[in-house]
Amino acid sequence: MASGIKNKVAIPGMGCARFGERWDAEADGLMVEAYQEALEDAGIEAAQIDAAWLSVAFDAINVGPSGIPASIALRLPNIPVTKVENYCASGTEALRGAVYTVASGAADICLAIGVEKLKDTGYGGLPVRTRGTLFDMIGVVGSAPGNFAQLASAYRARHDVSREDLKQAMAHISVKSHANGAKNPKAHLRKPISMDAVLKAPIIAEPLGLFDCCGVSDGAACAIVTTPEIARALGKSDIVTVKALQIAASNGWELQGAGWDGSYFHTTRIAASRAYEESGITAPRDEISLLEVHDCFSVTELVTMEDLHISPEGGAIADVLDGMFDADGRIPCQIDGGLKCFGHPVGASGLRMIYENYLQLLGRAGDRQRQDNPKLGLSHNLGGMPNQNVSAVAIVGLEDA
Amino acid sequence: MAGIVSFGAYVPRRRLDRAAAFAALGWFNPALSAVAKGERSAAGWDEDSVTMAVEAGRDCLTGVDRETIGRLLFASTSAPFADRLNSGIVKEALNLPDDIATLDFSGGQRAGLGALIQSLQLAAGTSGPTLCVAAESRSARPGSEAELTNGDAGVAMLVDDRHAIAEMVAAHSVTVDFVDHFRAASAPYDYDWEKRWIRDEGYLKIAEGGISAALEKAGVDPQSIDAFVFPAPAKGVAEAVAKKAGIRPDAVRDSLAAGLGYTGTAHAVMMLAHALEEIGPGKTILAAAFGSGVDILILKTTDLIASLPPRSGVTGSLARRTVESNYIRFLFANGQIDLDRGMRAEFETKQPLTALYRNRKAVLALVGGRSSKTGSVQFPKSDIGVDLQDDSVGTLEDYPLAERTAFVLTHTADNLTYTPDPPALYGMVEFEGGGRMNVEFCDMEQDDLAVGRPMRMMFRIKSIDEQRQFRRYFWKAAPAVY
Repeated sequence: MASGIKNKVAIPGMGCARFGERWDAEADGLMVEAYQEALEDAGIEAAQIDAAWLSVAFDAINVGPSGIPASIALRLPNIPVTKVENYCASGTEALRGAVYTVASGAADICLAIGVEKLKDTGYGGLPVRTRGTLFDMIGVVGSAPGNFAQLASAYRARHDVSREDLKQAMAHISVKSHANGAKNPKAHLRKPISMDAVLKAPIIAEPLGLFDCCGVSDGAACAIVTTPEIARALGKSDIVTVKALQIAASNGWELQGAGWDGSYFHTTRIAASRAYEESGITAPRDEISLLEVHDCFSVTELVTMEDLHISPEGGAIADVLDGMFDADGRIPCQIDGGLKCFGHPVGASGLRMIYENYLQLLGRAGDRQRQDNPKLGLSHNLGGMPNQNVSAVAIVGLEDA
Repeated sequence: MAGIVSFGAYVPRRRLDRAAAFAALGWFNPALSAVAKGERSAAGWDEDSVTMAVEAGRDCLTGVDRETIGRLLFASTSAPFADRLNSGIVKEALNLPDDIATLDFSGGQRAGLGALIQSLQLAAGTSGPTLCVAAESRSARPGSEAELTNGDAGVAMLVDDRHAIAEMVAAHSVTVDFVDHFRAASAPYDYDWEKRWIRDEGYLKIAEGGISAALEKAGVDPQSIDAFVFPAPAKGVAEAVAKKAGIRPDAVRDSLAAGLGYTGTAHAVMMLAHALEEIGPGKTILAAAFGSGVDILILKTTDLIASLPPRSGVTGSLARRTVESNYIRFLFANGQIDLDRGMRAEFETKQPLTALYRNRKAVLALVGGRSSKTGSVQFPKSDIGVDLQDDSVGTLEDYPLAERTAFVLTHTADNLTYTPDPPALYGMVEFEGGGRMNVEFCDMEQDDLAVGRPMRMMFRIKSIDEQRQFRRYFWKAAPAVY
């Protein structure tokens, strides 16, 4: 029986570039921005890094193939650099490579860095791209909003929810994230919005309006990981450790099998249960201090509250409208603005979520710092679409939590 | 005795309101007011003569074991491929056996009826019935009369040497290079000569002469003809030909001009199918198609016509309609106006032909897989089945899904994804008896989307690779009932 990752690996340093429409920056520059912050935070030099993982999701634009772009941009000392791609969950995947390598004892210090340069496409939203030879013959080349909007139709049918009630809860989610993003100097979107503006916005993919969709951004984020012992040797007193790191990939059951009704994420439920078991959490609604979830669309955040076993099935709308996930609520969700407002440079997003949890755990989150001494932060990083996806759940926390 | 054993038809759901088109065009060509009444059928951007032939073929094969089909003929002057067997695509989509002959017919307005006559003449002694389909989706120059009078449709006849609902009495052909109109091999549109000359020298001499000769040769009294099927785009021509040939005026069949339009080489067969729907047993039909001469077919219906299982047919497919009153949208669907489609339309759709061949059953015939151990159905087929209760490898059997009703599980109307007919409607469906897929919806509006709605699968164009002029076909889902 595997013993799990809990407390085997520490995070002595993290960094994150300013997200947004970075017309000024190449992917290299974004990586350097995040990397320098992390090196300084960890108090190490490049020569101390034993191995690195680079997460990027898009091939057609961005940095091109292989781990070489990170190796060159950061002038890494000819160490192994591995490029990983797992849809929008690539960032957490990069961290997993780095964390598992440290835990194995094969390396002392590893780097996970994610970057995406999306604003070279010439249009808004994610690039249209192939999903493989067979898929392109028999699949639907829909947009990301169109793929996720389908959750709403199925959720409404399953829980007998009116369009108006669902729109209201989704709008609350977006208004909350905009309020949070406004306080975050690194966020892409920093303007608070009203319920009215959300509800009156043009429809992108029914029932998702403009403000139900996250921004598409340029950005980079990174983590340096090592053993708790080395972290202490580096002079760290408050040690943030990895409590759980789980990824569940669809095996085709949702899209091809029988039983899934389209209203939830099968993989997230699995990854969350495994992560709670790995970290020893038995009552997530009571034990988790902070949530960073993959709010690519407001409806994704809504159903994810249930899939993470925080809200009861069918209960997310009530919890959202109660303010449970607001910045001053019981479990703040997207206190940094989330994908919605911090932005979504795809390959960096999973690391950006952990970056916020890391800052909050260490009391370094500035204007948006939670004052209740958060101990465990969960991040949920999703790639793909509801009917076929990769769901990653990472839990980080103070060493004694 | 050789005859027609079954028939089917397909008309695209969209009908161009001719008055709406005239409202956009009348300033330029006021003479169009003469044809500005009623509707014409209009293929969607994702329909062509191959997809319409498939739909007509499915209708015709209602209750017919497809394994028995021995031959497939396909007639069109608007087939999508000049060199790729169009009938071969129809054969794949209908999931017909590989060991059958197929042929493409073209070259003029007689190809549809001509193919049917050939099928009838070949029927004796062949192995299995011949499926004879005709479909047409011709482009007409914007602002032309043909743009308003043409229609798009597909029609199919199943021919065999026994169990006929209509037996062949006689056939006769006349071939003359009488050029009433022409379309050069690479040209997009027809070029037409004066109608009065076509009427006087063409219809009333060449066609009528052929009809009279056919009747005389067969020893059939013109007065005994109960149904006279004679497509002629100009008004009054069929009546004049009937009168001259001695055929009763009440035998002249409805040209379907008011609600369908003139469907080119498919039209004589369309009108024949329409006659078969209405005429009953023991009736004599004379069908003729004019074009570089004339083809004539005389048939007599049998008692079996009354026991044909129900089908959509001409009447059913004409009743399935939505009115298109946006002339610009009609033009855009036909590729006749270059609207700004945005960068999302630049998506590369090059088809690897190797992969199409390997997956042809899944892609063209919507054949999935079924575990013989658990009965689980899936799409597409895979080496390791999705139902893990069956852990065998490579054992799924073919399981056709195209004719199964599917029910909507999830849906959206997407304004962001590029489609020639926005918003893009898509979602997941689950088939009756198992199996599910993510699918595009067609022939419906956004407000018609509902979880649980029963859907019928439709063979459609998936995408067109404009750089290489290749088109991908696949299946979409349309409401089973409206």
